[in-house]
Amino acid sequence: MSTETETPAPEQPESAETTEPRPNFMRLFGRYLIEANSVMVTIYSLVMAFFIGAVLLIVSDEGVRSTWTYFFARPQDALSASWNLVYDSYLALFQGAILNLNTLEAFRAGDVEFGNLLRPLSETLLNATPLIFTGLAVGLAFRAGLFNIGAQGQMIFGMLGALVIGFTLNLPAAIHLPLAVIAGAVAGGIFGAVPGVLKATTGAHEVISSIMLNNIAALFLVWAIGSQFLHSETKSELVTKPVNETATLPTLLSSFNPSLRVNLALLLGVAAAVFVWWLLSKSTFGFRIRAVGFNEHASATAGMRIGATYTTTMAAAGALAGLAGAALSLGVGASGITTNTALEYGFDGITVALLGRAKPGGIVAAAILFGALKAGSLSAQPAVPVDISILLQAIIVLFIAAPALVKAILHLRAPRGGLVTLEAKGW
Amino acid sequence: MAVKPFKLALAGFSAIGLAALAACGDAPTDDGGDDNNAEASFHACMVTDSGGVDDKSFNESSWAGMEAAADENSDIKVSFKESASETDYDPNLQSSVDDGCDFIVGVGGLMTANVDTIAEANPELPFATVDGLSAIDNVYSVEFDTAQSAFLAGYVAAAQTETGTVATWGGLQIPPVTIFMDGFAAGIEQHNADKGTEVELLGWDAEAQEGTFLNSFEDTAGGKSTSDTFIQQGADIIFPVAGPAGLGALTAAQENDAVYAIWVDTDGFESTEYGAEIITSAEKGLANAVRDAVLAAYDGTTGGEYVGTLENGGVALAPFHDFDSVVSDETKAEIEELTQQIIDGTLVVESPSSPSAG
Repeated sequence: MSTETETPAPEQPESAETTEPRPNFMRLFGRYLIEANSVMVTIYSLVMAFFIGAVLLIVSDEGVRSTWTYFFARPQDALSASWNLVYDSYLALFQGAILNLNTLEAFRAGDVEFGNLLRPLSETLLNATPLIFTGLAVGLAFRAGLFNIGAQGQMIFGMLGALVIGFTLNLPAAIHLPLAVIAGAVAGGIFGAVPGVLKATTGAHEVISSIMLNNIAALFLVWAIGSQFLHSETKSELVTKPVNETATLPTLLSSFNPSLRVNLALLLGVAAAVFVWWLLSKSTFGFRIRAVGFNEHASATAGMRIGATYTTTMAAAGALAGLAGAALSLGVGASGITTNTALEYGFDGITVALLGRAKPGGIVAAAILFGALKAGSLSAQPAVPVDISILLQAIIVLFIAAPALVKAILHLRAPRGGLVTLEAKGW
Repeated sequence: MAVKPFKLALAGFSAIGLAALAACGDAPTDDGGDDNNAEASFHACMVTDSGGVDDKSFNESSWAGMEAAADENSDIKVSFKESASETDYDPNLQSSVDDGCDFIVGVGGLMTANVDTIAEANPELPFATVDGLSAIDNVYSVEFDTAQSAFLAGYVAAAQTETGTVATWGGLQIPPVTIFMDGFAAGIEQHNADKGTEVELLGWDAEAQEGTFLNSFEDTAGGKSTSDTFIQQGADIIFPVAGPAGLGALTAAQENDAVYAIWVDTDGFESTEYGAEIITSAEKGLANAVRDAVLAAYDGTTGGEYVGTLENGGVALAPFHDFDSVVSDETKAEIEELTQQIIDGTLVVESPSSPSAG
């Protein structure tokens, strides 16, 4: 077992136990490091996830596993093979997500142009873009105490809404593109409002109704792509018509190299995060969302309309998820979308929101991390199994969702305010 | 102070790991043989369509062909990259080029346009597209006229049905699926015309190009309930064209006496556990075609087109296996004759999805 780098070093000397008459900075910092506050829990979750990922990489690799069969005869084989495997795998993920060292060398030697160096980062940000939107869609609803599992369906409708405006109209790009993006938000918003309305009027729980609406959206997508209105006129596979050039999201870096696919939607995503931050912390609507999220009964007593808040919050969340769909159908999917284009960005948005603690800044950071994992694992094939990124995401979220587990495993101290666990109310 | 739980967990983990791995064997004296031709000079790479390399369908068959090529020629090593959706095609193809692959195979007709683009950017590299037709010089197109093998399967179904009703259903309404259904329908028509029977086909209207689709290649439960519905409507032979979801039809056939199935893509008698239910299979020789493409690329061949037909063995009707005694000699002779007619070109099986029809 290669514990060389993965072992976190939480075991600071526990001399801080004294009554600390004059707390200096280093001591406070040391205390902070061994405390189960939300920042350190997040960091330790990442470290432990990569550690467990390393163990699983070793166990799942036949060649390395075989060296363990004679561990007692020649232990250095098993140790070095395991270490090399883990090092190479994580290096490959890094090279695919951030910077390819081989390309850097080639660039230094003058063999490739600068644009090639940016490709890993471009792919990371491209994959992060829809996750920013779906993460915000889940995170915003979280703050109102709603668990929006329906981001996938809302995104699918956003994708279709943007697509329809994208290929039916012939307008100058300055009008067409914004119109198509707005169409995506509106389509997602309407679909997102449905569970809100159902909850407000009938009390139907949004978890149940939004899960069901995801299935409806996914099956509707299959049907819609096959319909004569949407289906491609040139391809016989199950793929839609392409959107017009005027509605396609412009790429940001393709002047360096045409293979850099990151597009304007990334900036829209960051703008959306800033907007959600403003909405939650500065606006009356945001105050209402947070108040209802804290305590709906008190909010009702204070004269807030709970049902209307549920509906508008879900509509806003749906609009955000719809923008994720627009980013796909006007971006990477501009040449035509299939039933697979949406992947699971909507469900991944739940984990992004959890990791980002439902805060806009945290969601952007979490989305970039997950985007990097996806970009890295895609390019690290076939040396590293592509499922490793999904696995790492799952383990990270497992720990994030259970700070008590992290605290127990690493023997951390309880923070002053108690453990922070993110949970949706309304059960 | 007590042992920290973290260390305990670590120790426990190690102990379990060691025990499970039985770490007491002898060290090998040599580095041992590598099974994937690690020292090979020719690297053939495959980019899968969504579904992954173990999809029990065209990705898996194509990969089997890649591996067969590596088995045949120890100077060839093979690897694959999986695509989760069509947005992964470009990065996977690009990184295959960056990895220094000597031959790159893109699986699925949807990828053909992406393969074309990257092939034009890298004119010195040979590429191949499976289930698609490319006009680029350095892209080898692999296609299959599976309507021919499905035609024979349809004829067998029409000859074997007791109730006069057979059924087919598909995974998705896409050409590689509907071409089978077209051929199957044409085979039944042929039997009705030749023998004066009135066998009815449920689940596909070749004229209108409309039929029953599961909208999934994985949903075996859905495949079973769809098959059950057809069985209730009197069908006694089911032809599922849906990859692994088709297993649902085989369980339905197993639960119903005198209901049988015809399998697709591979010889179901060998590739599934339901050999006793499978009369025959409409085979599509993807693996062989991909293997030949890799071997040809190794020899320096670039571009070209391959269409699998009954004539070149690219598509075929599988042996009857358990049903060898059930299918009459008369039917067998007629199948022989029809096969010959298709090879001669005197009988043309047409489908809007046929390779020749573009």
